Amino acid sequence: TTQTAHMKVAVCVKQIPDPADPGALDPSTKTLKRDMKLILDESDSYGVEMALQLVDAAGGGEVTLISMAPNGEVNGLRTALAMGADKAILISDEALAGSDALGTAKVLAAAIARAEPDLVLTATESSDGYTGTVPEQIAELMGLPSVTFAKSIETTDTGINVKRQTEAGYDDVSCPMPCLVSVTAGVVEPRYPSFKGIMAAKSKPVDQLTVADLGIDAGSVGWAGAGQEIIAIEQAPVREAGEIIEDEGEAYLRIVAFLDELKVI
Amino acid sequence: MSVGTVWVYAEAVEGSVASITLEMLAKARDISDDVVAIVGGGGDALAAELGAHGAGSILATGDLSSALPGPAVAGAMAAAIDAGAAPVAILLGTTYGGRDVAGRLSVKLDASVITNIVDLTNDDGLVGTEPVFGGASLVKTKFTTAKPGIFLIRPKSFEASETGGSAASVTALALPDLGATGAATVTNSFVEQTVGPKLDEAAVVVSGGRGMGDADKYEMIEQLALALKAAPGASRAIVDAGWVPYSYQVGQTGKVVKPDVYIAAGISGATQHLVGMKGSKTIIAINKDSEAPIFGVADLGVIGDVHKVLPQLLEALANR
Ligand SMILES: Cc1cc2nc3c(=O)[nH]c(=O)nc-3n(C[C@H](O)[C@H](O)[C@H](O)COP(=O)(O)OP(=O)(O)OC[C@H]3O[C@@H](n4cnc5c(N)ncnc54)[C@H](O)[C@@H]3O)c2cc1C
Ligand SMILES: Nc1ncnc2c1ncn2[C@@H]1O[C@H](COP(=O)(O)O)[C@@H](O)[C@H]1O
Repeated sequence: TTQTAHMKVAVCVKQIPDPADPGALDPSTKTLKRDMKLILDESDSYGVEMALQLVDAAGGGEVTLISMAPNGEVNGLRTALAMGADKAILISDEALAGSDALGTAKVLAAAIARAEPDLVLTATESSDGYTGTVPEQIAELMGLPSVTFAKSIETTDTGINVKRQTEAGYDDVSCPMPCLVSVTAGVVEPRYPSFKGIMAAKSKPVDQLTVADLGIDAGSVGWAGAGQEIIAIEQAPVREAGEIIEDEGEAYLRIVAFLDELKVI
Repeated sequence: MSVGTVWVYAEAVEGSVASITLEMLAKARDISDDVVAIVGGGGDALAAELGAHGAGSILATGDLSSALPGPAVAGAMAAAIDAGAAPVAILLGTTYGGRDVAGRLSVKLDASVITNIVDLTNDDGLVGTEPVFGGASLVKTKFTTAKPGIFLIRPKSFEASETGGSAASVTALALPDLGATGAATVTNSFVEQTVGPKLDEAAVVVSGGRGMGDADKYEMIEQLALALKAAPGASRAIVDAGWVPYSYQVGQTGKVVKPDVYIAAGISGATQHLVGMKGSKTIIAINKDSEAPIFGVADLGVIGDVHKVLPQLLEALANR
């Protein structure tokens, strides 16, 4: 585009197996089996929406999606592009299979650097991996300040103001840009891609890179770089089956009696 | 047998040591006879409580003023390790601060983090146990390098206990220059008021979900909580919908609760909800769908409509 970019936002979006079809752990490789089409992690749709709104409020700019996924997967990226993101960087490489969170962060950080963003957005945790450490790992690798668990982001002359969720409520946090922010779910209403958006997404640029393109040593990512290994998967002890009753108008009496037995009342 | 030095990242809530920290200290003592508490802030005010729970000593950064703990505490820990400190394991709670410190530290040490841990054992090296599929399976993970093992521990995984130890001695932990990474500052803190006992401490928790129908109907949950001296809770569906604040959320991304009695009304029992309440002693569920997964963990399951059962229950309790 010829327009001056006022605010450049990079949004990390993970493409994950459909949670409605959770799959299973592969006993031989001890990883989640991923042989189905991947979709945009719903947790990341909030970051995409937030980025679009911030760029809008800034009067212009650019939203670049960053994703690391196997087999050149673009299905989830297309969803986010259809929402309105401008372009995407996809890192896909067999050498990345088995990466731990730190390896993932190394790859994402190197790709994000290419977009030279003012602001990096992530979700607080992915729906399938939920380590919750990738955002801070990216920030540290890039030497950026960060604010995790954002409920809202507002840009100011010098940076951003964030309402950061806490144990008891929230904190107001101010932070200069460039910086990284992880956003919680439910804070904005992710837009549904319009038909026009879906059509436009098909021709938006997706830059596909390998580990070598990013100048990363293949030994520091994937299985080779993973600093941990699963040694066992066990069945958790199952809870004993309880008493199940159908309400025919008097089930509340059974609840009262049960609470009585438990000495709660 | 002691595994060597174990660091526990100690957090404070309203001036006292956080429950998660006390829980981790109990576990740390199990595996090590050299337990050091790391405090991002002043250590003196916490020394008695940390000592009484088994911390032999404290390393404290001193006042962080308005900085977020992540870069500061991670920077201070990494600097101490560079200078020769050699913890075998560093335990941090799965809290806002704990996760930030763990992520930053992981990069500084170029070391992996084992996350979502509910148990930690010594089996020729430390092994972390993580529940997956809503707690149906347990994954055991070990580090493959000799670097300090960074473990993120889920709240309520261990029982806090006192050793009767005396106040731990406090040594200063130097804060290195954080450069740009330390630039985020807290300008204000807000506390959301909740009714009744604290969600993660209450003996009884009454939670409502999307099956309550709409925001107004959540009032029945609050009334039942009041009648049972319970804390009201919620599934993420109704937190995201804005019916109740986030501080009510039970589950993987909310609070972990282990009350004597947990009542789930109109909650399906998604795996991410189950991991937050499955440890409750007794579970009562009300759901109109007999196939709802919540019945799989319920001691008493009522297949019924919350709009019929709850008003009757409230009336019966009021008449007692
Ligand atoms: C990364 C990630 C993290 C998550 N973290 C959490 C978390 O921390 N906590 C959490 O709770 N969820 C979490 N979730 C969301 C979780 O997957 C579910 O979507 C959520 O728990 C569903 O909430 P619910 O049971 O209220 O709603 P639903 O799943 O919609 O269930 C509503 C239930 O109400 C029943 N019902 C409807 N009407 C009535 C009636 N009149 N009477 C009785 N029953 C009725 C229905 O049969 C149904 O079972 C997370 C998801 C992800 C991806
Ligand atoms: N493979 C990935 N591609 C893009 N973003 C990712 C990837 N893995 C993690 N992230 C981002 O980091 C967040 C936290 O992930 P996690 O640490 O796995 O819980 C996710 O919600 C994403 O925003």
